[in-house]
Amino acid sequence: MDKLLIAGREFTSRFMIGTGKFPSDEIMKKCINKSGAEIITVAVRRVDLENPNDGILSSLDPKKIFILPNTSGAQNADEAIRIAMLAREMGLSNWIKLEVTPDPRYLLPDPDETLKAAKFLVNEGFTVLPYINADPVLAKKLEEIGTATVMPLAAPIGTNKGLTTEDALKIIIEQSNIPVVIDAGIGRPSDACRAMEIGAAAVMVNTAVSTSADPELMAESFKLAVEAGRKAFLAGLGPKSGRARASSPTAWLSK
Amino acid sequence: MTVSFSPYLNSRQAEINAGINNANTEIIPGILEKEKISFDDFLVLLSPGAGRYLDDMAMKAKTLTDKHFGKNINLYIPMYLSNECNSNCVYCGFNRMSKIQRKTLTINEIAVEAEKIREYGMTNILLLTGDSKENATLEYIERAVKEVKKLFSQVSLEIYPLDTQNYKRLVDSGATSLTIYQETYDRKIYEKVHKGGAKEDIEYRLAAPERALEAGFRKIGIGALLGLSDWRTEAACLAIHAEYLMKKYWRADLSISFPRLRKSGSGFRPYCDVADKELAQMIFAFRIFLDRAGIVLSTRESPYFRDNMIGYGVTMMSAGSKTNPGGYAANGEGSGKQFETEDGRTVKEISEAIKNAGYYPVFKDWEKALGGVKK
Repeated sequence: MDKLLIAGREFTSRFMIGTGKFPSDEIMKKCINKSGAEIITVAVRRVDLENPNDGILSSLDPKKIFILPNTSGAQNADEAIRIAMLAREMGLSNWIKLEVTPDPRYLLPDPDETLKAAKFLVNEGFTVLPYINADPVLAKKLEEIGTATVMPLAAPIGTNKGLTTEDALKIIIEQSNIPVVIDAGIGRPSDACRAMEIGAAAVMVNTAVSTSADPELMAESFKLAVEAGRKAFLAGLGPKSGRARASSPTAWLSK
Repeated sequence: MTVSFSPYLNSRQAEINAGINNANTEIIPGILEKEKISFDDFLVLLSPGAGRYLDDMAMKAKTLTDKHFGKNINLYIPMYLSNECNSNCVYCGFNRMSKIQRKTLTINEIAVEAEKIREYGMTNILLLTGDSKENATLEYIERAVKEVKKLFSQVSLEIYPLDTQNYKRLVDSGATSLTIYQETYDRKIYEKVHKGGAKEDIEYRLAAPERALEAGFRKIGIGALLGLSDWRTEAACLAIHAEYLMKKYWRADLSISFPRLRKSGSGFRPYCDVADKELAQMIFAFRIFLDRAGIVLSTRESPYFRDNMIGYGVTMMSAGSKTNPGGYAANGEGSGKQFETEDGRTVKEISEAIKNAGYYPVFKDWEKALGGVKK
């Protein structure tokens, strides 16, 4: 059976969901159910340890889903490392979605600080899933130091613009020996489907589901799109062609 | 780095005046189709004629807010440390001429107040003082920040303006955010309403946000008081200020407030009224122009106005606010208020209102591990 394998751990679903933008915990839970997603990201900065019954964390059942903490809010490597350590101390996970975003408006990842933090965290025994620009060279450097995945963006977070970085994403996928999870900017199920068709191991979505007029239905729609894209990838897409193909232009060679 | 917002603002004054006075509102439907609008477009959205397009502006503001901020309203709560003041701002309840009971909380009282406030569940606290360096000294504010940091992940300040090195001391103590309103960008009015005291110096105040960001504050809040001068011109200056700061200090998170002047102990009556419709127009225009900046709506505004604005640009709201020192633990006894809040609902009631509007009341959105900006 076709499984997603990250750092030796198997997952059935190739659709990951972020939790930061839902209108309520109830709607979030319903969406997660409909989406079939197993990996759910949670911002450590949103978790109130002193009030564990309050908020996102208490609504998630760790038996059913895999909680992946993220370092959202970190502007540099030091802060990201501190947050990852905190997540581990909290007993959340030693897996960390590494986000280092010095600019608070477009939340674009800082390549230098991400690499620096990733090196440190890998050495500390973390399973690191870094959020990066669609930068093929950075992706290889991260793979070399031992990150579990790379998570390049399709477009800036929250823009719903789809695969604006498709050419670079294809190079990353072609060259990668670790799963490539396409994160950020995926606005429509057709974008998610396309991401899977070009060979992404998984996709990550938040805004497009959580701010939809019908988040549950949208979650289900993304689930189907991801599955369809994955199957198309496995089946092998035929090349696009503008004209009819000559039937056997080299038949004469066999004569 | 040289501090230079004031000459920059002066250089754009003619553009503001021309834009507001000659707005062609027929182009508004086209503006609302754009992904990114220009400053000239923004001026058109502020113009009197744009009132006809309020629904369209609201819808655009809602789409952008949901996209960039999700279905979230971040909550914060103010704690007044001191109402002692040497300034003479005619519109303010803490004005030194105002006959109110004066009080500066002791560090022990701050700890009690903090514990009481933390029970409401909030983790973002805003500490405020009047303008009295003798009573609320820098050392005192430093100690207050460290004290509340024990219980709150995010500590914001709204205090008298300081030099860069003193702002830095507060960042190093654990303060994350600074709010400093210009009060008014209208120089003549500024002079008229700030007679006497250090506040007379408009240049020092205009440059305060830059000094704070140089010092490493992670977040900055700016605003102009509504009711002192023409709101459209104030809004235009405020937007220029915001854009200037965001470009120069690209790591800083910027938010904008729209404090409408309220009845206060000073007995001041605003020079000009800003109607609900106009305030809403201004908020929509800001959301559309500065689509990723935070927008704050405090308990100065009525429950009716606040509830209806949820989702339409606003990203942060205060709740359960008391505007006098010791207002929470001491039940409001023994000190005067800065102004009367219009939204007197409890934190729980306001959370319910946010949920009813289809949004998530966020009690925690920060981690102590996140410090000041390091370049």
